[in-house]
Amino acid sequence: MRLPPFQSLVDAHAGELHRFLVGCVGYPDAEDCLQETFLSALRAYPNLERPDNLRAWLYLIAQRKATDAIRLRQRRPVSDLDGVPSERLSVPAAGLADDGLWRAVHRLPSKQRSAVVHRFVFDLAYRDVAARMGVSEEAARQNVSAGLRRLRLEVSR
Amino acid sequence: MTDLEERLTQLPDMGPALDLDRLQAELARRASRAGLLDVAYASADSPLGKLTIFVTSRGVVRVAYENEPDDLLLEELADGVSPRLLRDPRRTDAARSELEEYFEGRRHSFDLPIDWSLVHGFAVGVLRATARVPFGRVTSYGEMAAEAGSPRAARAAGNALGSNPIPIVVPCHRVLHADGGLGGYSGGLHRKRFLLRLEGTLPA
Repeated sequence: MRLPPFQSLVDAHAGELHRFLVGCVGYPDAEDCLQETFLSALRAYPNLERPDNLRAWLYLIAQRKATDAIRLRQRRPVSDLDGVPSERLSVPAAGLADDGLWRAVHRLPSKQRSAVVHRFVFDLAYRDVAARMGVSEEAARQNVSAGLRRLRLEVSR
Repeated sequence: MTDLEERLTQLPDMGPALDLDRLQAELARRASRAGLLDVAYASADSPLGKLTIFVTSRGVVRVAYENEPDDLLLEELADGVSPRLLRDPRRTDAARSELEEYFEGRRHSFDLPIDWSLVHGFAVGVLRATARVPFGRVTSYGEMAAEAGSPRAARAAGNALGSNPIPIVVPCHRVLHADGGLGGYSGGLHRKRFLLRLEGTLPA
């Protein structure tokens, strides 16, 4: 199967992948993740075995880059952020402010995080969430509901 | 929709808009350094309209006039050279400035290395011979056929020249009919006339 010129993937998907990554990791890290996503994709590109769903393939790479960024963040203490001690930056006890909610989204298991972002940030039907993730509609639905369950727990904590 | 779901539809902060030019430049730079960029391209203005120039690590592989649609061009390069292809003005700088000098009359021969990847079969000999025809001279289809080893294959030489992937740099415009007729030009005869006038081989 013929591979399209890589530039056409960048032109077609950079915008939506960026929005996806803002949902997955927040905006300061999203652009770096996008850069890493395209670079990894370009590295693997000529040897793809099944280049039939390039968009889902790009989203899968972006999902991995998001997970890497979040792991790195969790290992790195944030205490020096504007001199505020890290415990003050953590999630407040009663309910979650919106930024706290999004930090909870970032910490979801990767598939749940991707599914929640596709479903709500992009307002997609489960069929389309499934297509972007390269999974079945049923799997997309399960990942969204598992993600929501976890987020509800955090919100009510 | 629950309150939680509602809140998830509102990204709190998209941050500054994605700077696509910066993303592109940084991606091309890193890909180039990692040896992952096989074909770099950019467009340049010229008196003959927009030119799109493609380069590889070996040299200029393709030059296209604006009558060729971008999407078909990119596909041609992806299929014929490599799909690891990105827009990268920096990598085409040398080619763009040599072409600019040529159109300003300050350059009579190109120092650019040529990548012949898109040329196959009989056309290789014909176009390599054409690349040696100097500025200000003209030759004929028959002579180019002879140079390629088949003196009677003037028509085949014409076809090879018509499919020249690197016009201007490989000066197929210097090849005319033996009787002095202009012959053909894939970029359009008005462009062939312009180039011959620029080189002083056709009266202005």
